[in-house]
Amino acid sequence: PRSTHSSIHPQRRRASEGGTTSWHLSNYQLVAQSSRYGSLWPLPQKVQLSDVSFKLTTSSFRIVDAKESSAGPSCKHLTFLNFSCHCVIFSTSTFVLWATSFEGNEYELTVNQPFAVLKAPKVWGALHGLETFSQLVYKDEFGTKNINQTTISDFPRFAHRGILLDSSRHFLPIKVILANLETMAMNKFNVFHWHIVDDQSFPYLSRTFPQLSQKGAYHPYTHVYTPADVKMVIEFARLRGIRVVPEYDTPGHTQSWGKGQADLLTPCYAGSKPSGAFGPVNPILNTTYDFMTQFFKEISTVFPDAYIHLGGDEVDFTCWKSNPDIQKFMEQQGFGQDYSKLESFYIQKLLNIVSTTNKGYMIWQEVFDNGVKLKPDTVVHVWIGGATDEEMHKVTGAGYTTILSAPWYLDYISYGQDWQKYYKVEPLSFNGTEEQKKLVIGGEACLWGEYVDATNLTPRLWPRASAVAERLWSAKDVTDISDAFNRLSAHRCRMVERDIPAEPLFSSYCPHEYKGV
Amino acid sequence: SIRIIKKYTCLNMNYLLLIMIHIGVGLHAVGGVWPMPQISASSPEQYPLNPEAFYFEYGRQSEAQPGCSVLDAAFKRYFSLIFPDYFPGDNLSVCAGQASLKAETVWGALRGLETFSQLVYQDDFGSFFVNKTDIEDFPRFQFRGILLDTSRHYLPVQAILKTLDAMAYSKFNVFHWHIVDDPSFPYQSQTFPDLSAKGAFHPMTHIYTQTDVQRVISYARLRGIRVLPEFDSPGHTQSWGKGQSDLLTPCYKGGTPSGAFGPVNPTLPSTYQFIARLFKEVSSVFPDSYIHLGGDEVNFFCWKSNPDVRAFMQKMGFGTDFTKLEAFYMESIVNITSTLNKTAIVWQDVFDYHERIPEDTVLHIWKGVPYDYTKELSRITKAGKRVVLAAPWYINHIAYGQDWRKSYTVQPLNFSGTEEQKKLVIGGEVCMWGEYVDATNLTPRLWPRASAAAERLWSDEKQTSSVEKAFPRLQDFRCKLLRRGIQAEPLYVGHCRHEYQGI
Repeated sequence: PRSTHSSIHPQRRRASEGGTTSWHLSNYQLVAQSSRYGSLWPLPQKVQLSDVSFKLTTSSFRIVDAKESSAGPSCKHLTFLNFSCHCVIFSTSTFVLWATSFEGNEYELTVNQPFAVLKAPKVWGALHGLETFSQLVYKDEFGTKNINQTTISDFPRFAHRGILLDSSRHFLPIKVILANLETMAMNKFNVFHWHIVDDQSFPYLSRTFPQLSQKGAYHPYTHVYTPADVKMVIEFARLRGIRVVPEYDTPGHTQSWGKGQADLLTPCYAGSKPSGAFGPVNPILNTTYDFMTQFFKEISTVFPDAYIHLGGDEVDFTCWKSNPDIQKFMEQQGFGQDYSKLESFYIQKLLNIVSTTNKGYMIWQEVFDNGVKLKPDTVVHVWIGGATDEEMHKVTGAGYTTILSAPWYLDYISYGQDWQKYYKVEPLSFNGTEEQKKLVIGGEACLWGEYVDATNLTPRLWPRASAVAERLWSAKDVTDISDAFNRLSAHRCRMVERDIPAEPLFSSYCPHEYKGV
Repeated sequence: SIRIIKKYTCLNMNYLLLIMIHIGVGLHAVGGVWPMPQISASSPEQYPLNPEAFYFEYGRQSEAQPGCSVLDAAFKRYFSLIFPDYFPGDNLSVCAGQASLKAETVWGALRGLETFSQLVYQDDFGSFFVNKTDIEDFPRFQFRGILLDTSRHYLPVQAILKTLDAMAYSKFNVFHWHIVDDPSFPYQSQTFPDLSAKGAFHPMTHIYTQTDVQRVISYARLRGIRVLPEFDSPGHTQSWGKGQSDLLTPCYKGGTPSGAFGPVNPTLPSTYQFIARLFKEVSSVFPDSYIHLGGDEVNFFCWKSNPDVRAFMQKMGFGTDFTKLEAFYMESIVNITSTLNKTAIVWQDVFDYHERIPEDTVLHIWKGVPYDYTKELSRITKAGKRVVLAAPWYINHIAYGQDWRKSYTVQPLNFSGTEEQKKLVIGGEVCMWGEYVDATNLTPRLWPRASAAAERLWSDEKQTSSVEKAFPRLQDFRCKLLRRGIQAEPLYVGHCRHEYQGI
């Protein structure tokens, strides 16, 4: 028996059984039916599908660069993909080695006989087009691979479509990260926000400060990311059109940093004596800023993306308040009792340091909320739930580029089909001018790691994050939940077929169930 | 009921002692066992174990000897569990020592082997140790079950077998197989092959053949786990109607059939002939002396709409009280199972609707919050019936945070009733309904949260009432599960020496 809160829904009959929708009150069943858009996910901007179908055979199927294509056999991206896909690709502009922040994800795909043609100005668009092509292929009842005559013209609504993974609360073996990068590409996500260190552990093996992971990781050998590991993640992501934006969150969330870097964190006081506990980064010592300079110099060379996420969230002032040296400093600076001024003081200096590395920075919303002076190209990350619309209005009103995560904290699990609530979010629902809304460059689904590690990460992330994927890629008016259910059910089975343990949406089956056990 | 073999089964475990005995800190002693044993004493005295020279042996006075299939298989299995990654070829010069395990039944011996395997630990160099220990153990409750639902989603046999392994590690002893329901009928019946041919999600790939079923039963048996099949009726039977026309009640809209179907049709003799034949097969396929008949959540809407059913109601003198019709059906099928020499377990709905059932029928409580189920416990035990409690352990209901604590702090006997009444609570069951669960997420969702309930059902409540004390032990136990290849999810932040290597 199910829980006492059974709801009553109409039972949809399968198309083959005919009949009209009838009310069936003992249990609700949503049987996935075929969508007229097949199993495309996310839904492209413009799709024209016809009933004319073509057969595909593995023997005569090839991907070929067209004569006009500037992406030749040396284009690592396209040759490494072992798609069994027969496409002719031509593009008229050169491709850039690293994905630039905000462009080049669009493509045009025409499926016809004997050629299908994929056009994209950048190789990243070509990658997306290939994924879409693979989603158009289906098996008929004889097991033959088919594809219908199709015309697609596609581009993402938002340029920044990210996933946050947390490898500090629990260490995430490289295998899991790579498998999820693969899945991100299937869902057209293009940013991996790597929340790599935090209070609980420091798994990043720094070559400038090896003590940080030596003392701060859960285990200095088995629970660290070596430079080779990090390189592997970055390259694996790059080949799939995914940027890797690392986050080194300070001055809060830094307990593990203090294990391998004495004097970095503020000693807390109980009365007039140190209590033995430590608080946020100590903002009054020059050594702090010397350290940050060297540290971020390394980070800026290790991670090629144009942006670094600097965190700046949830700074607890209690420890600072208790420390007599800090109290003295506050007096000297004329900050009074306003510790957010001290926080701003630190962040300001940090941002200046990072600027010298020629990277842009992303910061959590508190940094903006506390009135810190930010560079104009700062990206503000809105995460606090409750007054999100107001915050979006404020941040964009102040002219800052914004990304939205508040409604997409996927670590907050609950019973039932919660993908629907993520799907129903409208990122631009806040009050603001057209100009303001243009500043919202996208969003990120966050999977914080307090209760998540390799044992449950992948089913918890997928297909729930797929709902966010469509919201960030597809047009604003793509809101039909029933059609989404049908396409997402098929998309989910496709992920399972590709050996990704994406969890089910509801009672149903996939022709090929997950074999991993 | 558990078959009691009235003789002794003795085991000796030989292992080798280093001449120097390390005085360890003793932290790895009995705290390292989950569920917590009833009575235990351990000392810091540490004995190294050498996998080269370790073996299990039947005692001379033991009734069980080589050829006892359950224990022969268990010795092999537990050796690998105790010494994971063992490479033959290490040599130590040591002298011999022994541990002794006594149990009245082979099932008790299995539990003892499990406990022993959890007492063995490794130091940082990889050497194996066990501390001097004395344990006397027995379960608080006889019935410690897990329900899996293979109708809402098909579960590959491998996933079921993996679950049985993990159940044994937590000393669960009943696998309640909710094998069919509305969405699909994966059980391939020999008598009625159309049931799965028409009712399964796919007649070839999403079924349990007779071989599959026997595999599950024997795999379970070797782990001391009973398999309790549930064929739930008269509700929850949509998939049955696909391969058995005329079984379900046709619903009416106005004066004509609407095309939809409702619960099993209780007015036709053909229904009872079918049930009798199906249950005859089920009784011979599943050796357990109990069979779960379901009987929950019967929606009367369709019965009400059908003129033949209304006519039957009049004929039987039921008036418009459809609970009487449901009672009529349930009583008939409980009688059928009695004639097959099986005892029935049914959901509480059957009791709530005042159905007349044999004294030995077991009621399965599933509804409500503590306020509701404690009242139900009182009511049912007052009527002299045995009870299994599932209501607080619907762990298919997930929530953010450490919800294992809710399962841990359940007090199954905290209801108003006499000592005699409390004895009628034979145990409890963790339910993992399948609406949102299949092989992609079953294991992390089930473990280690189910283990919290395992301790509540096995251990002494007074010794295990502190969530703070349980947390580090359960964290440790979870890491053990990982080491044994069970993809148990984390309780909270932290790490295990050996992390899960899959995705």
